[in-house]
Amino acid sequence: MDKQKSVQELDEVVVRFSGDSGDGMQLTGTLFADASALFGNDVSTFPDYPSEIRAPQGTIGGVSGFQVHFGNRKVNTPGDYCDVLVAMNPAALKANAKWVKRGGLIIVDADQFNEKGYQRAGYKTFDAVSELNLQDYKLIFAPITNLTKESLKDSGLDNKSITRSKNMFALGMVYYIFDRPLNFTEKFFEKKFAKKPEVVEANKKVLRDGFNYAANIQAIPSTYKVKQATNLPKGKYRNINGNTATAWGLIAAAEKAGLPLFCGSYPITPATEILIELAKRKDLGVKTLQAEDEIAGICTAIGASYAGNFAVTTTSGPGLSLKSEAMGLAVMTELPLVIVDVQRGGPSTGLPTKTEQSDLMQALWGRNGEAPMVVIAASTPSNCFDYAFMAGKIAMEHMTPVLLLTDGYIANGSEPWRIPSMKDYPEIKPPIVPDGTEGYMPYARDDKRLARGWAFPGKKGIAHRVGGLEKDFLKGSVSHDPINHQRMVDIRAAKVQRVQEFIPEQQVIGDPEGDLLVIGWGGTYGHLYDAVNEMRASGKKVSLCHFNYINPLPKNTRDIFAKFKKLLVCELNMGQFANYLRMNVQEFNYLQYNKVQGLPFTVAELVEMFNQILEEK
Amino acid sequence: MDEQYMNYTPQDFKSDQEVRWCPGCGDHAILSAVQKALPEVSKQLKYNLERYVFVSGIGCSSRFPYYVNTFGFHGIHGRASAIATGVKVANPSLSVWQVTGDGDALAIGGNHFIHAVRRNIDINILLFNNQIYGLTKGQYSPTSPLGAITKTSPFGTVEHPFRPGELVIGAQGKFFARSLDVDVKLTAEIMVEAAKHDGTSVVEILQNCVIFNDGAYDYITDREYRDDRVIVLRHGEKMVFGKNRDKGLILSGLSLKVVTIGQGGFTMDDILVHDAYNPNPGVHMMLANMEYPDYPVALGVIRNVKDSTYDDNVRDQVLEVMKTAKIKSVDDLLNSGDTWEV
Repeated sequence: MDKQKSVQELDEVVVRFSGDSGDGMQLTGTLFADASALFGNDVSTFPDYPSEIRAPQGTIGGVSGFQVHFGNRKVNTPGDYCDVLVAMNPAALKANAKWVKRGGLIIVDADQFNEKGYQRAGYKTFDAVSELNLQDYKLIFAPITNLTKESLKDSGLDNKSITRSKNMFALGMVYYIFDRPLNFTEKFFEKKFAKKPEVVEANKKVLRDGFNYAANIQAIPSTYKVKQATNLPKGKYRNINGNTATAWGLIAAAEKAGLPLFCGSYPITPATEILIELAKRKDLGVKTLQAEDEIAGICTAIGASYAGNFAVTTTSGPGLSLKSEAMGLAVMTELPLVIVDVQRGGPSTGLPTKTEQSDLMQALWGRNGEAPMVVIAASTPSNCFDYAFMAGKIAMEHMTPVLLLTDGYIANGSEPWRIPSMKDYPEIKPPIVPDGTEGYMPYARDDKRLARGWAFPGKKGIAHRVGGLEKDFLKGSVSHDPINHQRMVDIRAAKVQRVQEFIPEQQVIGDPEGDLLVIGWGGTYGHLYDAVNEMRASGKKVSLCHFNYINPLPKNTRDIFAKFKKLLVCELNMGQFANYLRMNVQEFNYLQYNKVQGLPFTVAELVEMFNQILEEK
Repeated sequence: MDEQYMNYTPQDFKSDQEVRWCPGCGDHAILSAVQKALPEVSKQLKYNLERYVFVSGIGCSSRFPYYVNTFGFHGIHGRASAIATGVKVANPSLSVWQVTGDGDALAIGGNHFIHAVRRNIDINILLFNNQIYGLTKGQYSPTSPLGAITKTSPFGTVEHPFRPGELVIGAQGKFFARSLDVDVKLTAEIMVEAAKHDGTSVVEILQNCVIFNDGAYDYITDREYRDDRVIVLRHGEKMVFGKNRDKGLILSGLSLKVVTIGQGGFTMDDILVHDAYNPNPGVHMMLANMEYPDYPVALGVIRNVKDSTYDDNVRDQVLEVMKTAKIKSVDDLLNSGDTWEV
């Protein structure tokens, strides 16, 4: 057997693992991403899975995917199209073939391409290549199921466990193709199955057998090398997804403020992982309360905030709807609170596992009365840490609820992250009212931030009452006085607006003037960034203005917009940020590019749209 | 040092706010009972005034926190249990009191109420039960009797009411007591017991709404026949009642039965002794469900059972994990797990 295969060097590669939702594709993809990151590539991932726990086996509805984009330079998105597709059954191939680059490599488990497999996936014929027009692709039909069985026949594992290991065989093959070391994954097995040495050995064996199988077959003509990324800033790195980063950012804010963190939450896709991560952190004194419902989640948090903890609640769109009334209470009582909304496809239950940016209006205004709130949005998996931290800082220092928007795409996506040091983060100094303050007035404010004091129960001489009824301007006692109400409405709005003085100015990526300014916010950053860069590389005068601070907007927003001929607002909704800008920065004409398919943008579609807009008179 | 807790009087717990319940409302008497109870609670538990937090939802009863000179939180409808839970978990050294009504706790807030009870979080819930919505001017509540004629049930309600005691015990409640608004002394006595109990204490106070449901409890509050129609339970004492203390409760088969001492061969020896500390909820449930005219209505502490509390468990778990934790700061956390150098 000729083992001399050619080695091609590539700058970046996209691999997509797909299979039945029981095939372990999320784990397979995560292991591949971790191995690539630990190897030294930059990585971006995109899990794409159905909301059913287990749709009927072998059907299109049950296909689960995980895309990994890795490169020898900064990688900003999980990639539009993949170079390599692993499809564990006919349904996975059918659902994902359209995402493979023309001429790409497709590895399928030949054992699943039988009559039953084809039928369940709804093929019209028993010939996937012709039916899906895959003649121009490199297809490898590998008998993965049978090879796995053969590999593990002496392992002592039962049949079910053996069959379940076929994802590791496939992973081994992909490791060979991209020349990945196996040791990271082997270490993972050792940790994960520490109490079951036979399972560790079986997984190692099947991974290696997959690797060797790929080395031996002629069908794989060459392997690919993606060197370590060298242009990344020096330092210590780790992998992080958006939900974990959010959880850790909240803990970081609590630590900086010197207060315990309290999280009252109710599980909801795709936000649950934040609660899970926080629940693990008893070691850092984090208190988590899995409430009886979304409303109790936020109300326990409000109670904890009143009592002097840094309190947060985490949710997704439907949960945010349920929290509306209590958010108004937090506005009225002027207590610090962070509400994290990991957006998903809506309305109603919508598309629980898919991404969207359609909660913006709800975040800004989804409350009764004049109830302004600070709204900020994270834009990458790792900067969820920074914006969760900033949400905490603003909430505690300005005595206001802050709504942090992320989305399913950045929440579940992961990327390598240069580990920051907490000494580089700013102080958080909440206006805590000292014991025994003379003449304490619950609603007296500081001139700078217009924030009232935070007076914890248990402190002497400052006993007071707060609540949802309108407050007297100073004393905080109930007031139905018409003029007082106007004053309070005004000052609550002014307090939120005042945050503008404390947030950084808006940056522009690219030149500060030009033909087209692409405007985005939140989780679409990576795709917009790559698309704008592609335009600029071809000499177009396009820049990107990507917002993290939504309410209030950064001070210089208007000045930035004024320097471009056209403004195009791109978002994964029907134009919510565009309309918000129309209200707040009224003198400009905002063009829109919107997509609501439960999917991120593709760089390709953005570039096409930008070119089209530039051509239009 | 700060031994103020020895010297409080009811006056110390009166706020500067004008009390705005209707003249004759039962809430006034309950407020007096609380202001009477708190100096005693302070003395017994060594609590200074700043340790008290009163939390409420929405309704007439929920105005309560404004009238007590302690920390107070007037929340939103139904959510007081959740807010109070957050306060207690955030700072377990506080003495947290929830003031709520039959609509606030058992209709819109039913979910939070039963889960607070189930968790056994150490808060004291004062449930003012007037069997009507007062603040919205007279609609039926989850405790209005079947057939009650109200503004929203002009032909009588067609739904079965909750019995708060049954609900509390059904949700694994460890402390349930009942009082009458008019009996300030008994109410205050019960409140001291509720405060001393570790865990969720629910005190149902049968309260008269003078405007929209006036006289709902006249059949047991009227001096003329109160003693014959209520029984005040005290742990370790015989279950006797009646003007002449000649009636008592016995267990007949699987049910309670009212007997007259000295008649039908029943003597004092046959009468049950109240055991509020018995973990078995069987007799407590029967006592809590007694209704006139078949039985006297039970007042006093019906159930008072020790068990671990949610707030203690949260605190203990955190302390336990922290003891052996390798991660002691956010920097430790960020650097934990798989990392690599570039």
